[in-house]
Amino acid sequence: MELTREEMDMLHGKYGTGAAYAMKIQAAIGESFDAKRMVPITRAHVALSNQDADLWFAEKLLAGGAHCKVSPTVNPGFCLSFFKERRMVSDEDADLMQRTHNAYKALGATLTYNCTPYVATNVPNFGEICAFSESSATPYVNAVWGARSNREGANSALCAAITGVVPEYGLLLDENRYGDILVEVQADMKSDFEYHLLGYCGKKIGSGIPVFTGLPKHIGKEALTNLGAQLNTSGAYGMYHIVGFTPEAQTLEQAFGGKEPKRKVVITNQDLEEILEEISLKGNREIDFAMFGCPHFTLDQAAHIAERVRGKKLKKEMWILVSYHVKELADRMGITEVIEEAGGFLVPDTCPDQPCWRHLKGKVGVTESPKCAYYPKRRGIDFVIRDLDTCIEAALTGEVV
Amino acid sequence: MGKVFQCHKISEGVAEGEAVLSGDDIMFYLIEPETGVVIEPAHALEGKSIAGKILIFPSGKGSSVVQADGLFQLNKRGNAPKGMIIQYPETVLVSSAIIMDIPMVDKVEPAFYQTVKDGDRIRINADEGTIEILE
Repeated sequence: MELTREEMDMLHGKYGTGAAYAMKIQAAIGESFDAKRMVPITRAHVALSNQDADLWFAEKLLAGGAHCKVSPTVNPGFCLSFFKERRMVSDEDADLMQRTHNAYKALGATLTYNCTPYVATNVPNFGEICAFSESSATPYVNAVWGARSNREGANSALCAAITGVVPEYGLLLDENRYGDILVEVQADMKSDFEYHLLGYCGKKIGSGIPVFTGLPKHIGKEALTNLGAQLNTSGAYGMYHIVGFTPEAQTLEQAFGGKEPKRKVVITNQDLEEILEEISLKGNREIDFAMFGCPHFTLDQAAHIAERVRGKKLKKEMWILVSYHVKELADRMGITEVIEEAGGFLVPDTCPDQPCWRHLKGKVGVTESPKCAYYPKRRGIDFVIRDLDTCIEAALTGEVV
Repeated sequence: MGKVFQCHKISEGVAEGEAVLSGDDIMFYLIEPETGVVIEPAHALEGKSIAGKILIFPSGKGSSVVQADGLFQLNKRGNAPKGMIIQYPETVLVSSAIIMDIPMVDKVEPAFYQTVKDGDRIRINADEGTIEILE
């Protein structure tokens, strides 16, 4: 791999040991994928996780004097003020979040604490080269916006933000962006919920770049967010195409680059029903709480819930996770008020896989997101997965069908 | 001297240990940090320890965050694998190995896979691009 003079200087410590460490890691990644050179990025998103390894790495870079050349947006940990005020976190938990906050602030990150930057604060243009980590983010920027990012790890994306470059390989190159699996969707895609289930069919779809046909003409941002999030929960996908919809797949031929698909898969209503059966707890039971916003809910989704619960009282806790800007808009528009009057909470800056949810241990929730059900499992929290309206109804009555 | 096979460096360094073979991809989040035992249900290595071993497997899986944290927790307790031999590199796994300073190689000549068995003593020299099955 050939580095420019500037990149060599960085590697040899001219800009400090932190930047040198970041460049060393990226050069090693480049070498392992036979990249020929580094290319500049204009955007980055780091899947900050507020876990031990995350803090260790950020503090190590910081101790070496590193500072972000391209300020990345970052994923949520948990909202310190909200959970401290309600005494829902221990001093130790609060300390971890505070240190993570301090480290990323000092590194020069853009402290968005939101996992859906691609619909709001960090939207790339077609062809823009960037370094995005976070399950739902990488496929969204590649497939929907036509930008170019490899499926970065949280650490490699932070390195890219610091050095301002990425090794050129994989999805950055034309020849690696074509689809190779034809996925014919025969299932009825009635709502955003079916996209969660379609994304969870990773095992049946197999590894590669899926090309979806048979989807509705218009697909909203929430559905696309769900599809990407679940593809990367059930498997590892940096890219997909939707024929006649995503920019690099105006035709079937363009999507496959003129080649034949290596696999053909059909997804039916029965596949979606089977997946749901496999990943959800059984229904017809009492539940303890409802959780939404994995990935973070949009303003439209928050408004939808507000309309459903307006003037009513929830029997069970309801947690709706959103970005800081959706929270701000919801406050201004009276959406927060309606939800709070019903007994629910609209919480900014927070992820379901965080220590702030200790009080839910051993409890059973409802959610519309399989990803929301998957990661908190190791915190002893289980979920019944249903479509959004069924979940809202469950929080109102205390029971899920 | 044992049989020597050519390979390609991913993460630098030299490591020697006992071989453990997995036909399944690995997510280090579902390996118990205190013991190095794989706890993922239905995994090829379920119930086996990878602590201090040379781990031979196809590739990594899981979110952009959990792979690094899993390896970090194992490393902190001295239960990470000593070295790794993989077939299909992906960015999340590759960056995690490099950051945790664990030697890792790929593109091993096919003859290696026909020869190697569980429990063989193996030496990886990532810097020279060689793997040796010791006598």
